[in-house]
Amino acid sequence: MTGYNNSDAPEESAASRLRVAGVAVGYGDAPIVRDVSLDVPDGALTVLVGPNGSGKSTFMKAMARVLPVSAGEIRLDGRPLRSTPTREVAKQLALLPQGPIAPEGLRVRELVAQGRYPHQSLLRQWSREDAEAVDAAMRAADVIQFADRPVSDLSGGQRQRCWIAMVLAQETGILLLDEPTTFLDLKVQVDLMRLLRRIAREDGRTLVVVLHELNVAAAFADHLVMMKDGRILAEGRVERVFTAATLREVFGLEANVLRDPASGRPVCVPIVGPIETVLPWRAAQ
Amino acid sequence: MTAPSTRPARRPGFAPLLALAALALAFAWHVSVGAKTIPLPVVAEALLSYDASVFEHVVIVDLRLPRALLAAMVGAALAVSGALMQGVTRNPLADPGILGLLIGASFAVVLFVGVFDLATPALIPLIAALGAVAAAAAVWGIASAAPGGAMPLTLVLSGAAITAFLGALVTIANLLDEQSFEQLRVWMTGSLAGAQGGVIPWTLPWFGVGLVVAFAIARQTTALAMGEETAVGLGMNVGRVKALALFAVVALTAAAVAIAGPMGFVGLVVPHAVRLLAGQDYRRIVPWSAIAGAGYLLVVDVAARMVLAPVEISTGLVTALLGAPIFVWLVRARL
Repeated sequence: MTGYNNSDAPEESAASRLRVAGVAVGYGDAPIVRDVSLDVPDGALTVLVGPNGSGKSTFMKAMARVLPVSAGEIRLDGRPLRSTPTREVAKQLALLPQGPIAPEGLRVRELVAQGRYPHQSLLRQWSREDAEAVDAAMRAADVIQFADRPVSDLSGGQRQRCWIAMVLAQETGILLLDEPTTFLDLKVQVDLMRLLRRIAREDGRTLVVVLHELNVAAAFADHLVMMKDGRILAEGRVERVFTAATLREVFGLEANVLRDPASGRPVCVPIVGPIETVLPWRAAQ
Repeated sequence: MTAPSTRPARRPGFAPLLALAALALAFAWHVSVGAKTIPLPVVAEALLSYDASVFEHVVIVDLRLPRALLAAMVGAALAVSGALMQGVTRNPLADPGILGLLIGASFAVVLFVGVFDLATPALIPLIAALGAVAAAAAVWGIASAAPGGAMPLTLVLSGAAITAFLGALVTIANLLDEQSFEQLRVWMTGSLAGAQGGVIPWTLPWFGVGLVVAFAIARQTTALAMGEETAVGLGMNVGRVKALALFAVVALTAAAVAIAGPMGFVGLVVPHAVRLLAGQDYRRIVPWSAIAGAGYLLVVDVAARMVLAPVEISTGLVTALLGAPIFVWLVRARL
């Protein structure tokens, strides 16, 4: 296992197939997301973080056209998302929603095969190409050994890899993943993120991932986006964005930001403070 | 270990042939059983070389064949309708009976035929469809207003409330005027004995269109069963698919009710049994539900006529007797 540093991450550049300009989501005086602009860097792993209720999932749903935007515009390959036929979008952009649940008894291969949906129609039925895409996706996500088992029999991490295989089988250049690691053990989270980083590096695909765990985000993001109260407060390369000042501003978290000597990536350690001699809830008595 | 895959599912080559043979057998059995049992060879003879001078041939073609065809159609319609409802709503307890569509359709027909005396055969399926939609909307509305919204449990509870309420109204209407409601008894329990000849041809387009739409959206239903956001991400027009599914469910339910009244639990029992064998892909579940539903109701209708012969039990009572334990099992296993 070799250590890695940031030099293998793609340079920040102007190239962006998915561009968000001045977008608001939700209606009325207090939309959930407001005036958000983002050029998602091609071929990189972009991570969205923010406290609960910051609008990061809502923003991702807007990029995936699950929710309509009430202002601004999202463009995919220069075309406005809302005027592009949804099936055409699905050939370029895949979504893994938060906490997906497979129907009881659905087998892994059947789940992954759903990723071929936008490539099929009444006239164009299941083909050899579809079967190959499904096998390739299961191999890439390392679930091919479970191909004929029901998804519900697998562990949380294995299940999530099956869903990742499904969006891989969609063979899109862009993948949006909403909290794919939530509720998983740290080791499983890291394994999943390594898989996602490999997808970005080896296939040159563009990934946008909503994450909850700050240190996992800092360890894997090529491009880090921090949201609060429906706005983007900071965005850019991890070492520039992931600082004690931004963590305080975005999360209200007092933390020391250290540097991992092996990877050069920042790590945050919350400031715990000294032990109170009188416990706060006793002091009131 | 990893043999190259051709299709996402293994194809059981003989299964469709076996199933169709079993269906044909159930059909023939249904025709042969009655006040006087007619042996299967005579049944085959009547179908293949009809002779109007043979009494058994006339009985088979004029009396028994229509009833067998109706049983098969109603069974197929209710099973397909239940399968679609379960897939599109991701609710394993969805069924035209449990969610109030059957009683809504029945109540509407009783109201219009019994009270307003609008017995035009052509209108009965339409009236049944409107009743089904209204009851479904009421059930959904009540469940949505409950804490937690329209979840499987709240939907089942509000479905039970609407079913009890409308069922009571149908019973009261029946008691008030037993004379004119005698012919409407079919709407209380569901029966294949009371089908009025005039209505049957008018239900055929509803059956036909409902089945075609159901088969056409089977692939979409599989994707939709994995959640709406997933379906949108896969490039599906979710609103359109749901509207088509609702249309198919209502058309099939209305046609079934127009012929046989509220035949409970068929749409619940059959698709769940089918899934055990055919898996989770609705491109298999929908056609298999049609075949299995037809066979199931044929066999149930035979039982309804045989168990207490010469007295005939309403077929709807037998489907309820068989369906209730399976419903309980589903609640324990899946809710």
